[in-house]
Amino acid sequence: MNALLIVCGLGFISLLSEIFNLKKGLHVVVVLGLIGAALTFVGDLNVTTRYFSNMLIFDRFSVVFSSLIITVAAAWFCIARSYFVGDTHQTDRTALVAFTVVGGIMMVSFHNMAILFLGIEILSIALYVLAGSNKESFFSNEAAFKYFIMGSFATGFLLMGIALVYGSTGSFDIAVISNHVASNRAALPGFFYVGLFLLLIGISFKISVVPFHFWAPDVYAGSPTLITAFMSTVVKIAAVGAFYKIFAQCFLSVQASVSGTIMVIIILTLLVANITAVYQSNVKRMLAYSSVAQVGYILLGLISDSAMFEGPLFYYLASYAATSLIAFAILERVESTKGTSTLDAFAGLYSKNPFAAFCMSIALLSLAGIPPFAGFFAKYSVLSIAIGANHLEMVVIAIITSLIGVYYYFKPVMAMFTPNASVEVVFNTGEKFIIGLLTLLVILMGLLPDKLISILG
Amino acid sequence: MMTIFLIFWPLVIALGIFAFKPANAKLVAFVSALVELAVCLFMFVGFDSRNATAWNYQIPWVPSLGINFSVGMDGISFLLVLLTTGLMPFIILSSFKTPNQKPADFYALMLLMQMALVGVFTALDGFLFYVFWEMALIPIYFICLIWGDENRAPVTFKFFVYTLAGSLFMLMALLYLYYQTPGAHTFDIQALYKAGRALSSAQQGVIFWGLFLAFAIKMPVFPFHTWQPDTYTVAPMEGTMLLSGIMLKMGFYGLIRWLLPVVPLGVHEWALTAVVLSVIGIVYASIIAINQKDFKRLIAYASIAHVGLISAGVLTSSKIGLQGALIQMLSHGILAFALFYICEIISTRASTRTISSLGGIRVGAPILTTVFVVVILGTVALPFTSGFVGEFLLLNALFQYNYILGALGGLTIILGAVYMLHAFQYMMLGKHSPQASRVSDLTRHEKIVLYPIVILIFMIGIYPDPLLQISEVAVADLLEGFSNFSAKVK
Repeated sequence: MNALLIVCGLGFISLLSEIFNLKKGLHVVVVLGLIGAALTFVGDLNVTTRYFSNMLIFDRFSVVFSSLIITVAAAWFCIARSYFVGDTHQTDRTALVAFTVVGGIMMVSFHNMAILFLGIEILSIALYVLAGSNKESFFSNEAAFKYFIMGSFATGFLLMGIALVYGSTGSFDIAVISNHVASNRAALPGFFYVGLFLLLIGISFKISVVPFHFWAPDVYAGSPTLITAFMSTVVKIAAVGAFYKIFAQCFLSVQASVSGTIMVIIILTLLVANITAVYQSNVKRMLAYSSVAQVGYILLGLISDSAMFEGPLFYYLASYAATSLIAFAILERVESTKGTSTLDAFAGLYSKNPFAAFCMSIALLSLAGIPPFAGFFAKYSVLSIAIGANHLEMVVIAIITSLIGVYYYFKPVMAMFTPNASVEVVFNTGEKFIIGLLTLLVILMGLLPDKLISILG
Repeated sequence: MMTIFLIFWPLVIALGIFAFKPANAKLVAFVSALVELAVCLFMFVGFDSRNATAWNYQIPWVPSLGINFSVGMDGISFLLVLLTTGLMPFIILSSFKTPNQKPADFYALMLLMQMALVGVFTALDGFLFYVFWEMALIPIYFICLIWGDENRAPVTFKFFVYTLAGSLFMLMALLYLYYQTPGAHTFDIQALYKAGRALSSAQQGVIFWGLFLAFAIKMPVFPFHTWQPDTYTVAPMEGTMLLSGIMLKMGFYGLIRWLLPVVPLGVHEWALTAVVLSVIGIVYASIIAINQKDFKRLIAYASIAHVGLISAGVLTSSKIGLQGALIQMLSHGILAFALFYICEIISTRASTRTISSLGGIRVGAPILTTVFVVVILGTVALPFTSGFVGEFLLLNALFQYNYILGALGGLTIILGAVYMLHAFQYMMLGKHSPQASRVSDLTRHEKIVLYPIVILIFMIGIYPDPLLQISEVAVADLLEGFSNFSAKVK
């Protein structure tokens, strides 16, 4: 809870710093503030604290996920310095990002449907603005507009779903709903299931799975690259966390009634996202589809055995966030140096900047699921759980699509190692440090997965 | 602990190599490979095949999932580790004269490769085996991608995807076995053996194919060989040496350690099919090799033919088959190294590898020609050369298994002589061509690399006994568990 207040405070500080003209140190203050916020969770791991008459509960799951969100956000801030510092809108942008983090924390620690809704809205509205924050760019405006329309549409579904579930169970409280559903399974009215499906649709929009993903590629590709990085890490963690809380905890007893639908969603997501990604010549767009595809694997683990998957889910999201940050950080620099984010922009990166090529390769290999990197172990745990649950046909699909994944993840790798001469891509020492640290993390997480994977569940 | 050293020493040097001047990278790599070889030879002296668990080492790695970092060496593993550590200094030494833009990166990748290979040959945990197996793929991919010939990007990528696809099937098979282990599941090799043997015949058949596919692609066995000729051709010399000298042995090792003992019923059911595929590969690749114009490509196809015989021998699951396969793996590693090195020597000097545009190299390079003769004779399995021992045992095993297949497999000797001697005749003898006149004789450096190889070829050919003894007990143990089980079923 303290973390939530600190992050909130950071948002207000950055707004006020505009007035008092304290912009200079703002970036450092925010990074330190986020690290401080994450540190407040130390020691809270085994403590469950309840706030606002059980509307917000920080249990182990929430604490772990909130820390992940905040840590990733702090790392993102370090990488995204160029997005803030020197820009006229530095304070607004900082405040908006801080509020998204607030929304994200609420989404993984809600214990009441109202808080879930609030969290999603706080996160989304700030994001709509951030997506359009490159005001000069036509694509950025398009992204913001598209995101806003689709996002509000999804919110509508979500709200309707919450209302119907309330109507049938008489409560917003997760525990009450969960108990009611579990004990009155036979007596649940038909509109409860309608509500359940509306909730599923609403959240599916947020985690952008096929067929509710149409906004994602355009929004990801149109937004400023660093915001895309933020969306595919922090926002994704929050949305998937919320999905888990609803469908694997609250509605666990009726999971069977939506699992068929979720299976279809998984198959579609894996196939459509991976196959479409193959045809992208723009690396940013390719990473957008890849980000959609990754959720497909996550859902496969989730539907196979929710309880067993709790730890691996955290591991999966953490590893995905670390790899994404590396990939997007390098992509952003290549893009701003070359003026384009197509595959050609990566040509010859190895000969000019071996460090960047090395880190990018590790990130892409990890995303492709090649051992010994973190992405491999993440995918492995999904496949392992799915085989354990006897979803063999799904495993076959997942394996085939991850082979397709190898195909597109390797395109930038091949481009980077071609000997074409290219423009110098420069990172300063701080950025190098963060990117190097993240790369090291991706390797270490892959080699020593045990601590992270068993932190939950 | 020795095993741990053998695995991680190359890794330490691979990371440390960046601390040296790039110009010194090759020396550092060479010395480290020599140290590794020295340790391995030291172990060779003290090797007691009856006490094979002496070098086992195990610590929990991911305890929550039953994964251990468990390594060890019995005679079978030891021979392959010996091959890896023995060939590595030669490969590094042979690369000394090649101009290299980024030597530190190059040798770091080579050493990583060595680490992964030793890991594959010593792993005693299914998951660990898979991780090492895949890890071996990354350095070799980058070696080929960065230092390869023209058109390497698509070719090496095909290689990568092909082998990765195979190994994913292996992963599924291993995972399936993992879930068959009792209690809190484990990847321990003995537990997997037990779990595999308890399966029904049909299930074992499925597992057999899942595992076999991965190994067959790696070797490669017909019809999974299509990545191989192109990759061997575009890869830089060192890459090709690694691939054919050591890496393809991962496939045989997989067969011996992770297939035969795991699913004996599956082997019983399907070995014939797999042997037939291997034998088809022998004949098919030999015929294609005869028609090759590019010498490097010819060696690549010749390699498929030799590999076919080894895999057929392993799949007979007989003692002489396995023993022959092991000795032949060593011999093939040495010979492949020498062939590719000679090919590189000729092609850099003559700027061509086309057999027909070379001729009469003998005139200007008598020593090269002599060395080449020895290597060729080894390749066509002349008695008293290393190739003979293995090939003889393998064909013997194949004959006992099925005499028709044995006869067909025996064609490898005749056809091998045809393409090898044919190429030799054209390139080294024959009419003197202008390109060939540029080929000068071996330099001192090249002699240092090739003379020991020549000695080894004869040594193994004349006195293979010490090597055969190393693996004898391990092979017998392996087959004992295997045949006990088969007998019980019958």
